[in-house]
Amino acid sequence: MVLDPGDIADHLPLPPATFHILLALAAGDRHGYGIIQDVEARTDGALRLSAGTLYRTIQRLLEQGLITEPRKPNVPQGDPRRRYYRITPYGTAVARAESLRLAQLVRLAKGAGLLPKPA
Amino acid sequence: MIRLYRALLHFYPASFRIEFGEEMAAVFAQRRAAAGPLARVGLLLEAVADIVPGAVALHWEVLHQDLRSTARTLRHSRGFALTAILVTALGVGANTAAFSVADFVLLRPLPFPKSQGLVRLCEGPPTGGGWGCMNQLSPANYRDFKDMSASFEIMGAFYRNAVNLVGGGDPQRLTIASMTSEVLPLLGVPPVLGRVLYPTNGGEPDARTAVLGYGLWQSRFGGDPDVLGRTVNLNGVPFQVIGVMPPTFHFPSRDVQLWTPLVLREEDFADRTNTYLEGVGRLRDGVTLEQARADLSVVAARLANEYPETNAETGISFFRMRDELSPRYRLLLMALCGASLCTLLLTCANLANLLLARAAARERELAVRAALGAGRERLVRQMITESVTLAAIGGAAGVVVAVLALPLLARLVPPTLPIAGQPSLDLRVLALAALFTGVTGLGFGLIPALRVSGRTGLAALREGTRSGGGRRQRLRTVLVTLEMAVSVVLLISCGLLIQAVWRVQATDPGFVPHQVLTLKTALPRPKYDSPVRRAEFYRRVLADVRALPGVQSAAYITGLPMVMTGGIWRVVIPGREVPRDGSDAVSLRFVTSQFFRTLSIPLHSGRDVEDGDTGDRAYVAVVSESFVRRHWPDEDPLGKTFEFRDEVRVVVGVVGDVKVRGLERTNEPQLYLPAAQVPEGALINYDPKDLVIRHSAQGVALLPAVRRIVRAADPEQPISDVRTLEDVVAGETATRRAQLRVLGALAAIALVLAGVGIHGLLAYTVSQRSREIGVRLALGAEPAGVARMIMAEGMRLAVFGIVPGVAGAYAAARGMRALLFGVEPADPGTIAAVVGLALVMTVAGSLVPALRAVRVSPMSVMRSE
Repeated sequence: MVLDPGDIADHLPLPPATFHILLALAAGDRHGYGIIQDVEARTDGALRLSAGTLYRTIQRLLEQGLITEPRKPNVPQGDPRRRYYRITPYGTAVARAESLRLAQLVRLAKGAGLLPKPA
Repeated sequence: MIRLYRALLHFYPASFRIEFGEEMAAVFAQRRAAAGPLARVGLLLEAVADIVPGAVALHWEVLHQDLRSTARTLRHSRGFALTAILVTALGVGANTAAFSVADFVLLRPLPFPKSQGLVRLCEGPPTGGGWGCMNQLSPANYRDFKDMSASFEIMGAFYRNAVNLVGGGDPQRLTIASMTSEVLPLLGVPPVLGRVLYPTNGGEPDARTAVLGYGLWQSRFGGDPDVLGRTVNLNGVPFQVIGVMPPTFHFPSRDVQLWTPLVLREEDFADRTNTYLEGVGRLRDGVTLEQARADLSVVAARLANEYPETNAETGISFFRMRDELSPRYRLLLMALCGASLCTLLLTCANLANLLLARAAARERELAVRAALGAGRERLVRQMITESVTLAAIGGAAGVVVAVLALPLLARLVPPTLPIAGQPSLDLRVLALAALFTGVTGLGFGLIPALRVSGRTGLAALREGTRSGGGRRQRLRTVLVTLEMAVSVVLLISCGLLIQAVWRVQATDPGFVPHQVLTLKTALPRPKYDSPVRRAEFYRRVLADVRALPGVQSAAYITGLPMVMTGGIWRVVIPGREVPRDGSDAVSLRFVTSQFFRTLSIPLHSGRDVEDGDTGDRAYVAVVSESFVRRHWPDEDPLGKTFEFRDEVRVVVGVVGDVKVRGLERTNEPQLYLPAAQVPEGALINYDPKDLVIRHSAQGVALLPAVRRIVRAADPEQPISDVRTLEDVVAGETATRRAQLRVLGALAAIALVLAGVGIHGLLAYTVSQRSREIGVRLALGAEPAGVARMIMAEGMRLAVFGIVPGVAGAYAAARGMRALLFGVEPADPGTIAAVVGLALVMTVAGSLVPALRAVRVSPMSVMRSE
């Protein structure tokens, strides 16, 4: 699959919730509640996704092809009744592009003296 | 709690809920399990705050998507979209117009505060019956009803009158009402200027004051805000303006433009048979109409007991002010609403058919989309969005249609109700249009959508373009036959009503209306109290008018037939008992010489009224044939005498009967008395007012000359109601013709829609069966036989529709028998004509598909397989 950079750029900037969900899925297949828990843990409880926000985002991500629903989730002790989601290569590319964009911003902020320079 | 959560999920679009609902519920369940008892409540609140706005956003998203795709598909099939919009516009427009008029006339509260408490009281037959104000009240009876009943918060009385308004422009004839001081306050409408309470002048109201109607204030005083205190000259008497009513105020009917005080004095209460008042009242809170009626009936019975001479036969006619409407009007409007509903039904059937055909064509596309994961709910929703969008555009256009149609329908608003002449386009009407639009959109969208989504499986994909779908075809057949049936109902009803109008128009009015010009010059009292002065006016005007070139004859009469429908009196034949049932009633008119000649009323025997029949000569009378038939069936009526108001009159002539009350009503025998033979001060309202002129050529061309003649006789005398007698007679059928035009338009639309429906269905059949037809042709079938097959299919549809249609039309016609003027509901001619018309339309609709079937090329069909 050829990934068109312009196409990827169309998704940016990603809404924070979307980015966090992609981050959670980048670590491995998860079901909805798993994503919520993962995001909560990753942000030290600062971001608690609601079920509505989560699934609306999931719906959009599925439509856009950033994530997919694998038939056999790659999880050691998966609950067969739950639906699992997996990030696609395209989704990974978009998440990476968003990370680069953010990193760029951080660099700019440092250059402007807004952040302490790395030691 | 989890159940509550699941219920909340229903806020989401169905497609989303089905996809993710289960998961969300699972997430919620896990969260709940992790939370403490107190946190659980918070969890639920959180869920509400999460779901509701999210659902709204999702719905909006879906709508946005669907609208975009709707716009796309409609752009691709413009013809379909245009047809759908047009058909909806007609259906919604016709219904909105018809129902807003019906609502305006029949349902809507009158424009008075707390109008449901407003009632009218008149005298009527002791047994009740009839509608509206049957007979006026005498002041004494009015006073007794008012004093002796306990049901009313307040009651007043009024009478209608016409006066000449002089000064500030051309003299003008005005319809006014004289009302007791209670009437305007009890109606409760505040004036825009001044006040409605009459000022008192030593205990009793000052009778020389006037309240202006808004229209009159505008036209006569240019809307001058300083009009209060100025005087208006009515019949030569100055009245001081004390108030101006708002434009929406009409009472007792639309034509009344000015209100003056009515002061009843002791002498007015003397004669209980002098009836000229109409009562109006406001019921006490909590008193029902029936309680008040019972209360009044007791009073009427007491009065009958106390004054048997005058009140033995006097009952009441008592009704809500809202209900002063003839049953015929009601029926007319209801027939119209029924017809528009039929059209709406037809519209829906037609559009559903169009949509079904389209859905069949799109079946593959939809099946592909379903296969790609679009849920059934999503597809249904998309299709409904499409049809509702079409309906909404059509509905908006329908409002325009309704606005254009309203002036036409305004002729159906009876002038007797105290409401404006035309319903205004307001929120209520728009809501009605929206309702009809919604019904249409759902009606024609839902069935096809459900049908299509029901078969989006693999079967549709596999069958490809060949899938005819037997069930769907049946449904379309049913819809088309329904269209046929409905249009037959409308056409037959319309045909019957056309015949009724023809019959009414063919009714001999008893006079010849062609080439007669009429106008009104009502001589004001007290200026013309003197009989000599009146006679002089008539003599001068008539002599000069008769001398005009082109004028054959001219005369004056109390009131034109069909315009003045009342004027009912009783006569007494010497030596005969006075009948109790009023069968001795006659229609009284005073005339000058040449009246019968001018209207071409045949003089059967004796002589016309002559100029020599003056007050000092023997009192004479000319009567109509039915008068003679009633009283002297087998005798020579000439020279016979009778008593009228205690005067003895000699019959000197017999003339033909005239339809005084109108073409469709039964009429009392007519009694014509010479204008000059009236005791001084008696029967003021019967002064001849209407000038009738029979002429040889251009009636209107005479008008300037006639105006000059009247002005020369009296410069202050207004001329009003200029019209031809033909217009008067045509006015008799105006309402019917207005209704017919609307009904005819609806029926025509219906017929065309039915034809289009048949055409669409057959064209679709031919395209679906082209392979079969190709094979038949290849195997040597005659093209004519194939064409016959398609035509026969069309005929079958038509017959299935026509048979129930005729039955339905018969039922409808029986329901509106009162409007048919004697035309039989099962009139064979009408039915035959309509069936013929329907068959012609069917043939026209089948022709193109049949030709297309013949032209099917066997080779191309085979190749495409």
